[in-house]
Amino acid sequence: QIMRLITHNFLQCNLPKVTDKYPLILQATKVEQKEKEFEPEMAVAMLRKVEYEVLVAAAKAVEYNELPDTLPDNAESNEEFLKVFHHALFNVDVVEGTLTCKETGRVFPISNGIPNMLLKEDEV
Amino acid sequence: EAKRYSRNNHMVDVQRGLAARCLELLHLPEDTGPLMILDVGCGSGLSGEVIEEAGGHFMIGMDISPAMLEIARHKEFEGDLFLWDMGHGVSFRPGTFDGVISVSAVQWLCNSDTKHNKISRRMKAFFDSLYAALKRGGRAALQFYPQNAQQIELLTRFAMQSGFTGGVVVDYPNSTKAKKYYMCLFAGQQIHQQGVALPPRPNLSHVQVEFERRRKERHSRNNRAVKGSRQW
Repeated sequence: QIMRLITHNFLQCNLPKVTDKYPLILQATKVEQKEKEFEPEMAVAMLRKVEYEVLVAAAKAVEYNELPDTLPDNAESNEEFLKVFHHALFNVDVVEGTLTCKETGRVFPISNGIPNMLLKEDEV
Repeated sequence: EAKRYSRNNHMVDVQRGLAARCLELLHLPEDTGPLMILDVGCGSGLSGEVIEEAGGHFMIGMDISPAMLEIARHKEFEGDLFLWDMGHGVSFRPGTFDGVISVSAVQWLCNSDTKHNKISRRMKAFFDSLYAALKRGGRAALQFYPQNAQQIELLTRFAMQSGFTGGVVVDYPNSTKAKKYYMCLFAGQQIHQQGVALPPRPNLSHVQVEFERRRKERHSRNNRAVKGSRQW
């Protein structure tokens, strides 16, 4: 239940009136690595849903540098690539860090793996 | 102590039952691989466990209570958790979720302590963002406890205004105690323009059976023959 990069890939800023909501910029000060078993089906399914560039930037933020900067042409059948792709999405947990809105600079803290998206009265 | 334990156990069973029913009402397609499910007001993670036991789904849960999330964090399920107020909108990329469930949470949008215009703003933010976050053809099954008919009307009106079709399913409609309300919302294109389209009728045969069983129990307790039975 610690925030994984797959979750970050789908998350947007929830401040009203912000137009440049995606992605939130990830910074991690404490990270944990899991070793969840590689599931090729899962990885291929996510290939179609994930914004790859956002994942690459987030992976760098958590110091996981195995991902190529661009998607390989044969991504769906490239097992070597799918393994690092799967690892980046599911196996790197952000325990402490921040998510920052690109437009406003508003920082949402992550502690104990749980991002705090609560807005203040004057922000709503 | 044992009493409290069994009462807690009963609560857990009720909550898990509600979550299972929500999942059922989602009519998730089978054999399509891992699906992404949002759990609104996930609390201590009971429904999260139910979702994962159902197999292969990714869950993201959100709740407004740090204390509840702290309990959820120690549970076995793998979904990610957020400290989040649903009335601020659920901001995910369009089409992120295949389904959304909620157990005993959305009635809080009707919070009577809040001023009317604020309630409207929160409901709009919630349902607008929920509609966007669901993929086309996706469903939301939101179990809730309305205080009165006006709250049901208010919630469904805002849901429809945000683009949802659907309606309210009531389980055990004839029992004040057991009655349960589910908003069943559909985010997609309507094929037939026939007003509000309800999702396919869920199988309520278990509801009928349950009602019959309780009726027989009650009557046998009073030593009266059940109406329609041979003794009668």
